[in-house]
Amino acid sequence: MSGDSELRTILSDQVNRLLADRVGKENLEQAEAGAPQDPLWRAIEENGLPQVLVPEDRGGVGGGWGEAEVVIRATGKYLAPVPLAESILAGWLLSEAGLEMPMGPLSIAPVRADEALTISREGGGYRVSGEATRVPWGRNAEHLAVFGRCAGEPYMALVPAEAWTVELEDRNIAAEPRDSLHFHGHAVDAAPLPDHVDPDRLFAFGAMVRATQIAGALEMALEQSVQYANDRSQFGTPIGKFQAVQQELARMAGEVAAAGAAVEAACRAVDRMGSGAGFELATAKIRASEAASIVAGIAHQTHGAMGFTYEHSLHFATRRLWSWRAEFGSETYWAEALGRSLAAHGGDALWSHLVGRG
Amino acid sequence: MHSFRFEPADLPAEAEAVRADIRAFLDRNLADYPSAMRARSWSGFDPEFSAKMGQAGFLGMTFPKAYGGHGKTAFERYVMLEEVLAAGAPVAAHWTADRQSGPLILEFGTEEMKQRLIPRITKGEILFCIGMSEPDSGSDLASVRTKATRTDGGWLINGSKIWTSGAHLVDYMIGLFRSDPNAERKHDGLSQMLVDLRNTDGISIRPIKNLAGEEHFNECVFEDAFIPDENLIGTEGEGWSQVMAELAFERSGPERYMSSYQLILELLKAVSKDTSPAGAAAVGRLVAHLATLRNMSISVAAKLQAGEDPALDGSVIKELGTLFEQSVPLITHQTLEREPSPDHGDELGQTLAYVTQAATSFSLRGGTREIVRGIIARGLGLR
Repeated sequence: MSGDSELRTILSDQVNRLLADRVGKENLEQAEAGAPQDPLWRAIEENGLPQVLVPEDRGGVGGGWGEAEVVIRATGKYLAPVPLAESILAGWLLSEAGLEMPMGPLSIAPVRADEALTISREGGGYRVSGEATRVPWGRNAEHLAVFGRCAGEPYMALVPAEAWTVELEDRNIAAEPRDSLHFHGHAVDAAPLPDHVDPDRLFAFGAMVRATQIAGALEMALEQSVQYANDRSQFGTPIGKFQAVQQELARMAGEVAAAGAAVEAACRAVDRMGSGAGFELATAKIRASEAASIVAGIAHQTHGAMGFTYEHSLHFATRRLWSWRAEFGSETYWAEALGRSLAAHGGDALWSHLVGRG
Repeated sequence: MHSFRFEPADLPAEAEAVRADIRAFLDRNLADYPSAMRARSWSGFDPEFSAKMGQAGFLGMTFPKAYGGHGKTAFERYVMLEEVLAAGAPVAAHWTADRQSGPLILEFGTEEMKQRLIPRITKGEILFCIGMSEPDSGSDLASVRTKATRTDGGWLINGSKIWTSGAHLVDYMIGLFRSDPNAERKHDGLSQMLVDLRNTDGISIRPIKNLAGEEHFNECVFEDAFIPDENLIGTEGEGWSQVMAELAFERSGPERYMSSYQLILELLKAVSKDTSPAGAAAVGRLVAHLATLRNMSISVAAKLQAGEDPALDGSVIKELGTLFEQSVPLITHQTLEREPSPDHGDELGQTLAYVTQAATSFSLRGGTREIVRGIIARGLGLR
């Protein structure tokens, strides 16, 4: 049984091969020390991966979220130290607003639920101003897809690097850049968001992208842990032969499977319902963020002291899991939001709501 | 290593068509059924209700028409199942016959057995239980010792079975007995047999009260109970592989994550009345888990329908589903300032009291958590 599109299968092979070949301990360490990853980014661009959600008539791959999912999940699994996931999301937002997606690494702003940027009309053009913190890869991005209100209406702007100043070079605990940017009213291209993209859902799309990366990093943590349990011997036998270890790894496999299923359900729902997929978007981040904590914990317990060293590569996955579970809203943030919307409809509506989402 | 991917799947339109019918049936027959009773989920035993389900065509849905079944797809049955579980309908009386015994008889039973039993299962007229575990054989099922000794025209059964849900109330048991005590491996020499509980001498059934005070399960003692030749199911000595096939039917269905559903509803009702951040987060978290498990379960149903073997995926659902079901009473307890109240409480208090106690069994029945995780570990290549 396989309901996967041919494009999805091709992309999956392509991105997994490319990242498995090109991302390893060496460039992950270099990236953490601040070295730019230009050759990796060029290889990604040559394969058209950032444009997966850009329509074909705009020079993109023309995929849906079901196709984007395999690419974004692979960035999470192989821990790619470049803003590919952010670029895919930015490319989608720009395309939806009818703006061109430029080459080069992209990111998005704002990324915090409590921040907003202003887009103002001036003469024939637009200007963007304000402050945004924790912007992923802010210092590396050549352009940002910026969401803002222009005279109260939701707009997207394509913002070049000269439009912002990096006020603070910050990072998450995986040493991925999360920078504070000041936008000083530079002239930019901008266009209104179309009606079918709900501006209140943009944060949720960011959450889905992070959830998808989490699903990938969970796979990496599981594979590394099973490998280690098979390789590491104590008491004269591989530790994976001990039931105590097997039981924990089985628990881990369940969490990995559930997060993956929640993410696939969300991507499919977005392809079917667009912004109407709020339930599935929230569910994906709840389930993935929760799995992140459980899986990272078991992965480290399995690896023992070895996994607590910088020398061992496990932390490249687990430090991302601890970062990503909090970005674009934690499991508690989304559970509360989902719970409030369910509570507003009362108990009698729950079952029909669940089965009615198909 | 197994991929552990649960590819998204949809219930087909013909299955969705069942939904309105079963809902209308449940509305008609459960109008005043209280929440604390609905909380019994698939432990609620009511032969009259089961007969009504049979008359309405909701039992034996997938059984062939040639034997009085309805010839429907597994997806159509899935919709019926999830609707009765969402309603908390009392389905325990026919549960085993419809889910396990019927399919087992259809696969391994004699033609005579199929013609005699399947139509009556489908009408809800005869009820079944399972005789697998014994006082000294639980997770190590292959170590069962209850003997079936050859005699003129059949076997004499001696020994005892335990945890046989409903044995004191139903008509038949399908038992797993040691028919060849000299077999080399303990997995060999086992046979499955049909036991007519109402018309066989030498069987004494003693209900065992559970910690919530209910009498669901039993100990059945066999003393020279005679089973005629024609009641052998399948092949003599092949009982083990038949039982494994039977157990695989039961690991991935909606009953693996719906057992605490009535308590989720009660929690949601309470949070709807008075919405705190913690209450909303509790509801949101539980419903996110529920929706994900349902998607995974439908994915496995699609694999089953496509003829693939989903035994390992079913174990993943049982692992996640029982963790989830058991989290519901705990989260409700930690979220709402409520004392469980079994006798005079409101619907929430009574439902919380019941599910808190019943949840203990969720990771024991149908294969313990440890056994299920062992199966998953094998899929990871660790065993």
